[in-house]
Order: sequence, then structure tokens, then C-alpha cells
Amino acid sequence: MVFVGSDPYADRRPDDMAVSAVKLLVAGGFGVGKTTMVASVSEIAPLRTEELITELSRDVDDLAGVEHKTTTTVALDFGRITIDPTIVLYLFGTPGQDRFWFMWNELADGALGAVVLADTRRLDNCFPAVDFFERRGIPFVIGVNCFEGSELYTVEEVRDALGIGTEVPVALCDVRRRESSRELLLTLTEHVLMLATAAAAARG
Amino acid sequence: MSRGQVWFDDAAGPLVRPYAVTRGRTHSQQTQLEMITLVVALHPPDHPALARMNPEHAEIITRCQRPTSVAEISAGLRLPMSVVKILISDLIERQLVIFRAAATPDLHVLQAVINGIRRL
Repeated sequence: MVFVGSDPYADRRPDDMAVSAVKLLVAGGFGVGKTTMVASVSEIAPLRTEELITELSRDVDDLAGVEHKTTTTVALDFGRITIDPTIVLYLFGTPGQDRFWFMWNELADGALGAVVLADTRRLDNCFPAVDFFERRGIPFVIGVNCFEGSELYTVEEVRDALGIGTEVPVALCDVRRRESSRELLLTLTEHVLMLATAAAAARG
Repeated sequence: MSRGQVWFDDAAGPLVRPYAVTRGRTHSQQTQLEMITLVVALHPPDHPALARMNPEHAEIITRCQRPTSVAEISAGLRLPMSVVKILISDLIERQLVIFRAAATPDLHVLQAVINGIRRL
């Protein structure tokens, strides 16, 4: 892929011209540890960006038909990992609130895959994320974040409770620990590679 | 939702009027700009063309002396991504920056990502 646009200074910084980005998502319910996970592996302190939500509503009594425009924002936390001189990986936490689903489409567009973090005390909080990635055909793994005070369940018990098949990796984790988050990202990316390799073989 | 009931609350953040810096424009000319599109400045921040633009344009040029994503620019300028995309479009039109779309996630890229995560 090449840079787009007129480029009279292309030879000024050849290294900069070779780099492109990929992204992974970290999803799950509110307070499950998404930003904690991003922070534990990111090379920069997590950044917060905002996107606008515009809701157009029409007042039924308004004969002029004037649209009332209300604008607010939804926040996204993300981190960065420089993979090599040509690839930068961005890790985006998904918004926790259900009403920001529209934002997930833009987030999911082009994402390699997703980690869905689950808290066994509130397992149903991750159902919407599991549904979303299943429907969109986006590869995902489940990370069961082991909080202090939470009962320990086996991977099989969590898999049963979530109603997901053995094709989706489930792993216990503690995303406050860098090594644990790294293992989870490895589980995800190896799963993505396995699926992509199988798809390539099926195409011949 | 019944009439008069607000659909936003504290968790949704404050109401904003962010399009002042774009002079009211709400749509970017560059639809290819995504949150992980990398933007690189072609000029230093003291380029004369920037004197006739907003301070936000110059700040983008400063931040993009190295490849920087739309999301990072948005976070750095504390402006929503859709607003930042419009400002970046202005800079693309004036040939002050170029951009690179997200990598195609082929097997080679995936293997490189795995190797990079192993090194963390």
C-alpha cells in the first residue's frame, strides 16, 4: 500500500513512508478492566479520544419540521505497540455502555480481532460483545479476568455459561499484569492467524 | 423515548459545539480517513501556508512530523475524531500532509504482529 496524495517530499523520510497500522479491540462490560489491559501492554500511557454522537430528533409538534440536533461525545481509550519499523499496533477499548453500539461498527472495521474480557461475578455483561463479534465474523477470544474476591471457575464452566463452542479460546487472566495481558494477546493473534491460514488454504 | 426526556447523561459527557474550528463543516472530504490511518507531515510546522490556517492545523503538522494516527491526533488536540478528520482533509488538500491507510491484515502482517507481541 502506498501513501495517497501528491508527494513531493517522499524521499525526505523513507522510514516514515513504510509504516502502516493495525488494530485489536478489547471489549467487555463496564469496569471489567479494558483500559487496565490496554495500559499494561501499551508503550504509551493510554490516550483518550472522543467521537461525536449526533442524534437528530424531530419534534412532532414542530410544523416547520426543524430538526433539533443534539450532540454529545463518547470516549475511547487506546494504546500503542510498535511491532517493527513497518507496523504499529493500536489497542482500542470499546465503550462500556450499550447505547454506544453504533461506535462499535467503526471500531470493528478492519480490526484483526478482539479480546472479550469477562468478570465471573457479572458474566452476562460480556454477552453483547460476544454476540457482536460472532455476528460480524470477527475472531475473538475470552479472557476471564480473575478479580480478588471473585470465585474461581474453570475455563469449561465459563465456556458453558457463555454458550460458546470449543473453537473460541477461553483463558484465565489478570490484566493488571503485563505478562498476563501479553499472553492473552498472543492467544488472540495466534487464533487469528490459525483462522486466516485455514481460510487461505480453503481458497486454494 | 418520551418527549422532553433527555437521552444523554453524565456518562455521555458534556454537550459540545466542536465544529467551530471547522467553520461549521461537519463532513470530511476524505472519506478514507479512519481512526488508525497514519498521517505524516510533508513540511515543518513553520511552513508559510499554515499562517493562513487555524492554530489547530499547525498543531497537527507539529504532531505529524512522525507518522501519527487520526486517533492520536484527536487525543492530543482534545477534539473529536470527526472534527480532526476535517482539519486533516484541509491539510491533504493543500498538500501539507499525506496519509497511509491501515495495513492489509495478510498472513505476513499477522505473523509480524505475533512476533512483536512475543517481544513485549
